[in-house]
Amino acid sequence: MPIVIVDGKEVEIDGQERLNGIQVAARAGVEIPHYCWHPGLSVVASCRMCLVETGKKDLQSGKITMIPKLVPACQTPASDGTVFVTESAAVKNARAMVEEDLLLRHPVDCPICDKAGECSLQDYHFQHGREERRADIKPFHSRRRSLGDTVTLFVDRCVMCTRCVRFCREVAGTRELMVAHRGAHEEIDIFPGFPLSNKLSGNVVDLCPVGALGDKDFLYRQRVWFMESHAHVCAGCSTGCSIDVDENQDRIYRLKPRENLAVNQYWMCDEGRYGWKHVHDPGRLAQPLRRRQGRAEIADWTALPAELDQRLRAAGGLTMVLSPFLTVEEALLAAKYARAVDAKARVILGAVPEGAGDERFSGGFTIRSEKCPNRRGVAQVIRGICGEAANWSDLLDSSPSSASGALWVAGGYKSDWIDASQAELLRAFPLLIVQDLFPSPLSECADYCLPAASFAEREGSYVNYNDRLQSFGWAIRPPAGVKTEARLFWQLSQREGMYRAETVRRELAEEFVYFSALSDAVPPDGIDLKLNRIAPQAAGATAEMGAIG
Amino acid sequence: MRPDDPKIRWVDEPKLGITGRMYLPMFAQGLTTTFKHLKRSLAGDVLTVSYPDQEPRIDAPLIYRGVHRLNRDEQGRVKCVACFLCATACPAHCIDIVGVESPWPDREKYPQSFTIDELRCIYCGMCEEACPVDAIELTSLYNLTGRSREEMIFDKEKLLSVFDATKDTEPMRSAPTEGTNA
Repeated sequence: MPIVIVDGKEVEIDGQERLNGIQVAARAGVEIPHYCWHPGLSVVASCRMCLVETGKKDLQSGKITMIPKLVPACQTPASDGTVFVTESAAVKNARAMVEEDLLLRHPVDCPICDKAGECSLQDYHFQHGREERRADIKPFHSRRRSLGDTVTLFVDRCVMCTRCVRFCREVAGTRELMVAHRGAHEEIDIFPGFPLSNKLSGNVVDLCPVGALGDKDFLYRQRVWFMESHAHVCAGCSTGCSIDVDENQDRIYRLKPRENLAVNQYWMCDEGRYGWKHVHDPGRLAQPLRRRQGRAEIADWTALPAELDQRLRAAGGLTMVLSPFLTVEEALLAAKYARAVDAKARVILGAVPEGAGDERFSGGFTIRSEKCPNRRGVAQVIRGICGEAANWSDLLDSSPSSASGALWVAGGYKSDWIDASQAELLRAFPLLIVQDLFPSPLSECADYCLPAASFAEREGSYVNYNDRLQSFGWAIRPPAGVKTEARLFWQLSQREGMYRAETVRRELAEEFVYFSALSDAVPPDGIDLKLNRIAPQAAGATAEMGAIG
Repeated sequence: MRPDDPKIRWVDEPKLGITGRMYLPMFAQGLTTTFKHLKRSLAGDVLTVSYPDQEPRIDAPLIYRGVHRLNRDEQGRVKCVACFLCATACPAHCIDIVGVESPWPDREKYPQSFTIDELRCIYCGMCEEACPVDAIELTSLYNLTGRSREEMIFDKEKLLSVFDATKDTEPMRSAPTEGTNA
């Protein structure tokens, strides 16, 4: 195993790994400041912030030979015997010089800059900059121009790291951004008439180490230090990007991608990024409604679960529809409850919203056309409980006009998903219970209309298109009057205490081979369930699993 | 500031001497003060103010911490840039700001709404200290009354009107800022 020496500390790396000085130092617990380098982009070594001393240790004699000048750590590969010195006087002086140079013509308008609080320039200035400003330039107004529908550029705050330019070339592949002019007059710009309009454009704001690129959707809405980040999973499509939900007092202000090399690397699409507005939509269902003789009245949550349970048991048969927006834990609780009410209950996978096809970007990032996060997970749970998984069209085709018993539709769709003609078909059920985010033709005719939780209010796990399961806790509390599906089904199943996702996950792991990896805690980047999917196939247990899963 | 910061000088509590432990000298010292004031009052020099018949005199209005005001700039616009630093510093969480893009070309951001709950405020002056543009200041107005709680939540207009009412007696504590937008 190659050994790299960082500040006298030996770090062992894998021989296959291709790491640079910054990455190796991070393993040794040393942070080398950097602006232009980003693990997801190519190396340009232009900001000079990561300058370090480097050398080579002769493996036979043990003698160390240093290179006489400073080199950028981002561009220096680490191999066996490489030596990095990151805290010498020369390095410290170089960092202070870079900081001073960057701040020469920086507006220093931190109080009104949205990046303040999470800005590299600010942080590095405190850590590595000089205590006093030697330049005698007064603060000035930062010029501002729009780059597209989503991003604003504050020209003078820029440190010319060109991360955004490289992102548009390498990951989005659309090349809208460029560097205009030369030397001290360099600026980020677009070609006139060709705005920044790709579907990954929001990422350049996250990439920007300073406040030069502002997200128009988030600009001036909230200072970053008021918000709390919660690790979550995007519910926009079946890619299931790892995200952070930034929230203050149960109000979401922005979503940001969270690093997950197995799923989304460092990115997320704009559709997902701005796809949280429905959470705070005033049109959301916020009270459980009971309809008697065509008149809706507000029901009371305290007595409602018992009432629902009683009516379901009296209905003589149950069909339960589980939407692909539910977590696997919720699906399990719901399916088990359905079978407890009626041993022959049909459990059906709800309507799967489809887009116009997958969109793949040149860097490999893909927006899936399946616009729901958890079709695979819910289908696997249904398959595990019922043996086979019927889907939504099967229910509509099976002439439900002759249906008897109760129909429970757990929805949670964030936009229109059912038309009046489909709703008309399902009215035939004598008892119709609909759980959804927004009023729909189906909820209009339901006997009970229950408010559902949005993705940020859920706690549980989603299984993405690639059989990767990611778990998350709730980021915000649901609005008053909304009970999450998990809590309702937990209560209906008469389990003790509060809903705990971990308990349900352990149950899943014990009962289904597909979920067997869940017996341990789920790491932040998720668990790959693919191996467990192959196992029962090899055993010949379910031959057509690939078709459904 | 961390406890191990070299700039911090840690001082030990001085040990009490024999006189300190006896209490009696201190006792005498306190009584001396009491009798001094008693003598002064008996001579007719009463310090107590008969409020509200008589208005108290505030010796240093510039450091008194009374009702807040929002200062105006040279053009009469609100000076605040909606940076939220006062709201961040506020230990009572009584300041609520909504910042939006400003309608003026020379300014980036301004408060669309700026409210202070004067009942919740503890008048500590941290907001004044935190403000990078000296937009929020505490005046020497002390007799703050209202008929309802809602009335005591001061909005931007009300805070600006406090400035208009007090600007002549209490000038702004800083010179107008030049060419900066922050």
